[in-house]
Amino acid sequence: MSERVINILITSFPRILGQGILVTIPLTVISFSLALVIAVICAMIQIADIKGLKQIVRFYIWIIRGTPLLVQLYLVYFGLPDLGIMLPAFPCAIAVFALNEGAYCAETVRAAIEAVPKGQMEAGYCVGMSYTQIMCRIVLPQAFRTAFPPLSNSLISMVKDTSLAANITVMEMFMETQRVAGRTYEHLALYSEVALIYLMFCTVITWLQRMGERKLNAMNGGEVIRA
Amino acid sequence: MLEVSGLRKAFEGNEILKGVDLSISKGDVLTVLGPSGGGKTTLLRCLNYLEQADAGTMVFQGKRMDMPTLSRKEIAAYRRHTAFVFQSFNLFANKTALRNVMEGLIVARKMPRAEAEERAEAALERVGLRDKKDAYPSQLSGGQQQRVAIARAVAGEPDVIFFDEPTSALDPELIGGVLDVIQHLAEDGMTMIVVTHEINFARHVSTKVLFMDEGRALACMPAGPFFEEQKLERIQTFLRSLDRKDE
Repeated sequence: MSERVINILITSFPRILGQGILVTIPLTVISFSLALVIAVICAMIQIADIKGLKQIVRFYIWIIRGTPLLVQLYLVYFGLPDLGIMLPAFPCAIAVFALNEGAYCAETVRAAIEAVPKGQMEAGYCVGMSYTQIMCRIVLPQAFRTAFPPLSNSLISMVKDTSLAANITVMEMFMETQRVAGRTYEHLALYSEVALIYLMFCTVITWLQRMGERKLNAMNGGEVIRA
Repeated sequence: MLEVSGLRKAFEGNEILKGVDLSISKGDVLTVLGPSGGGKTTLLRCLNYLEQADAGTMVFQGKRMDMPTLSRKEIAAYRRHTAFVFQSFNLFANKTALRNVMEGLIVARKMPRAEAEERAEAALERVGLRDKKDAYPSQLSGGQQQRVAIARAVAGEPDVIFFDEPTSALDPELIGGVLDVIQHLAEDGMTMIVVTHEINFARHVSTKVLFMDEGRALACMPAGPFFEEQKLERIQTFLRSLDRKDE
């Protein structure tokens, strides 16, 4: 590798990482938090079988899962202005990522809730607890343990998917890299560099997942049992 | 104390209970016997409103209730006087044994934590599992889990406990321990309705027997005459087949 390339890598590294810390991470954290809220609400609506709302949730999940994320980004950022709805790029990206991931996570959370044996619900009723009490104290904590690994998967996916936001002018890591590459023509080196930074971020999440699982196991009394 | 008449329940047109009557007094141990598929479990689940009956009247401690139309609030109030022990234990998997017993006391009965803990420990003591109070269900054997479930039932000081085949999911060597606990409750005067296949247990512990077959109560009578002076051919055959299995 020439000295020039090494210099380019060294000077671009803090700039790309900086955009990662300033844009990619906040974009991921905010979007994913909102996605979780959407997911739990949608899952609960389906589990509780609330008429009307349940159909709306199924429709939302159907639309989101059936169309590409990139198309959704374009629709909201470039398409909605035709209807007079104009959102700045960053909030627009947050809205699309949250709604998109929310639909996938809703299915994860629903499956996890359904995996908690029904008998525990009945036992809760029999000791006099209400539906909400049983959900909050018995079912959801166990469902969260089950949903944790697939939700971590979704989070890792989302870190990388935020690179799509470059298409709607969000100045995140990937767009920063594109700019430097466009100026210097060192495509191989620079895209490898940004790939490495994504890998770093995802490695940290993998560690956090492992720690989280250990903690949740301790709180749920060893491995999850299905009696 | 508890009287039910005309209890009917169908699942998708398939009638499981075809008008069942029963009554128990305080201190009674009513065992429900009969072949599988006769409606025993459905009967018990209707009695605690885990299934909504299609028809039937219940008189509980002088209060008359129409079973199909009982409101959620009335059901909750009734359940504060009853307890249910399941075939598959149904302990809360994310709570320790002690927490399993305390949960209903704190959350549903709004009991102060310290008092609930004291009562829960006493209940675990009663089933011989005080030393396991910090164990999670996954760390307990089936027999131990069922005894914790019984402690959970007892802790609420119910007027009547329903047992749904409490030993059917257990390994043979664990059955005795659970039956002993139930027998001790009976000796302490606890009112119970027990669905079971343990015929010897039924002979020793019950004061009354209800025999269910094809959705009907063929007999609901004191235990002595039921076992010793049984006149019905159908029940005689059933008892004989069980005795043969025991030999």
